[in-house]
Amino acid sequence: MTDTAWIDAALTSARPQAVGALLRYFRNLDTAEEAFQNACLRALKNWPQNGPPRDPAAWLIMVGRNVAIDDIRRSKKQEPLPEDDQAISDLGDAEDEIAERLDGSHYRDDILRLLFICCHKDLPATQQIALALRIVSGLTVKQIARAFLVSEAAMEQRITRAKARVAGAQVPFETPGAVERSERLASVAAMIYLIFNEGYSASGDTAEIRSPLCEEAIRLARLLLRLFQSEAEIMGLTALLLLQHARAAARFDAEGEVILLDDQDRSLWNQKLIAEGLALIDKAMRHRRSGPYQIQAAIAALHARAEKPEDTDWTQIDLLYGALELMQPSPVVTLNRAVAVSKVRGAEAALDMIDPLAPRLSNYFHYFGVRGAFLMQLGRNDEAHVAFDRAIALANTTAEASHIRMHIDRLIRDSKPGQAKAK
Amino acid sequence: MLYAILCYHDEDLVGSWSKEHDADVMQKLTVVQDKLAKQGRLGPVARLLPTTSATTLRKEDPPLVLDGPFAETKEQLLGFYVIEAKNLDEVLDFARELGEANPGGTYEIRPVGYFTAGSVKP
Repeated sequence: MTDTAWIDAALTSARPQAVGALLRYFRNLDTAEEAFQNACLRALKNWPQNGPPRDPAAWLIMVGRNVAIDDIRRSKKQEPLPEDDQAISDLGDAEDEIAERLDGSHYRDDILRLLFICCHKDLPATQQIALALRIVSGLTVKQIARAFLVSEAAMEQRITRAKARVAGAQVPFETPGAVERSERLASVAAMIYLIFNEGYSASGDTAEIRSPLCEEAIRLARLLLRLFQSEAEIMGLTALLLLQHARAAARFDAEGEVILLDDQDRSLWNQKLIAEGLALIDKAMRHRRSGPYQIQAAIAALHARAEKPEDTDWTQIDLLYGALELMQPSPVVTLNRAVAVSKVRGAEAALDMIDPLAPRLSNYFHYFGVRGAFLMQLGRNDEAHVAFDRAIALANTTAEASHIRMHIDRLIRDSKPGQAKAK
Repeated sequence: MLYAILCYHDEDLVGSWSKEHDADVMQKLTVVQDKLAKQGRLGPVARLLPTTSATTLRKEDPPLVLDGPFAETKEQLLGFYVIEAKNLDEVLDFARELGEANPGGTYEIRPVGYFTAGSVKP
């Protein structure tokens, strides 16, 4: 371990709480961030000599606050500060007092507010994610740019723009009521899922670079769950991310080609993440308050529990997708359900199920990939070929395209001996 | 006699370790454990998953099932060791070595009253 590794970890883990509290105090994101940065600089100087403080977050909040107040006074702007301003002279006592207050009610809402600011509805998804990774997770612009595969300058601009938008927006600082809190929780959960997907949807050649996004999303989901321990949907979200990320090492082959679930080497699945995910979905189910994340996690859990692909409980997966369809009707959900249906009732039934989706999914890569696979199973090879061609035209990544090309190759291979026989 | 070493640490902090740092700590702990294992004095060793995955059963009538760990504390129970030692000093020596490999947090040392190795395989 390097000498500063523990300091880095302490600063990272204290960050959401500290920036959240400083934001409540200064009501300005830039001031709060700057105050936190200054506190971190002092921590780097102070902690190696004096050892870590008992409560790093409380220490950072107090020091950040004092430095910022000094700066404001010095710049003689004399902006009026919120009323609970106190002159903090004695560090030890003040730390105790702040630590005590943090254990109280503010703590949860501070962090939730900080996360919530990042998912402001005027911000496009990519800006939400970038902002959250910068402000809440504390990743550097360089790290975020790398994960997004864009230049540092472009990412800097994206974050600056997002911050300006957020600064102009009305951020409610009063303690939220129950309804408002649960709305915030839902927005934040959706944003965390976006972060995860940004990493998860990577192709084989970029999966490694982008997997920190998945790990950060899991860290944020766990943080949220620690604050809201009995929220079944947050358990579901966390379980979903864990169970999906557990398969990371098995999802691509050495050439970066996609390996489908059925063909993955299950010994590469991360059993620790699976155990945590399964424990969480079990916990969530006990609440009997179903929700989309829980259902998706339950589906992922059924895959995780199957030691071999043929052990998969497709009947149950079909039922779960049925429930998800009712909750969140979407052609993509129906398409996923059709895959389960094809395993339970055959490709014919599955094909009947997805035919009506054609107008809405006419530009969706997976629709034609799945359709082609069903047709191939039914021996309707010419139609399958047409579907696969369309899929290739719509592929988002080279890995997707080459995966479909593999199917076409098989079609051609399979049809040759058949033709020979016909002659 | 047998002693349990209960490991407490801020799990938020441990969860913020980089993957490399985590692997580094685990590797260093293994070195310390191996010394004891060679002397046949190392019992079960466990690292627990995050407290968010914990469930608590309060043995009321009827029993009450709650989400999360039993105690809300600044440091959480993250794992434990069972070891054989002649006396407290020996346990403390081992715990100090563990602490050097993995600084931060707290070890609670408790003599074991009843012990069965059970039959589960890791």
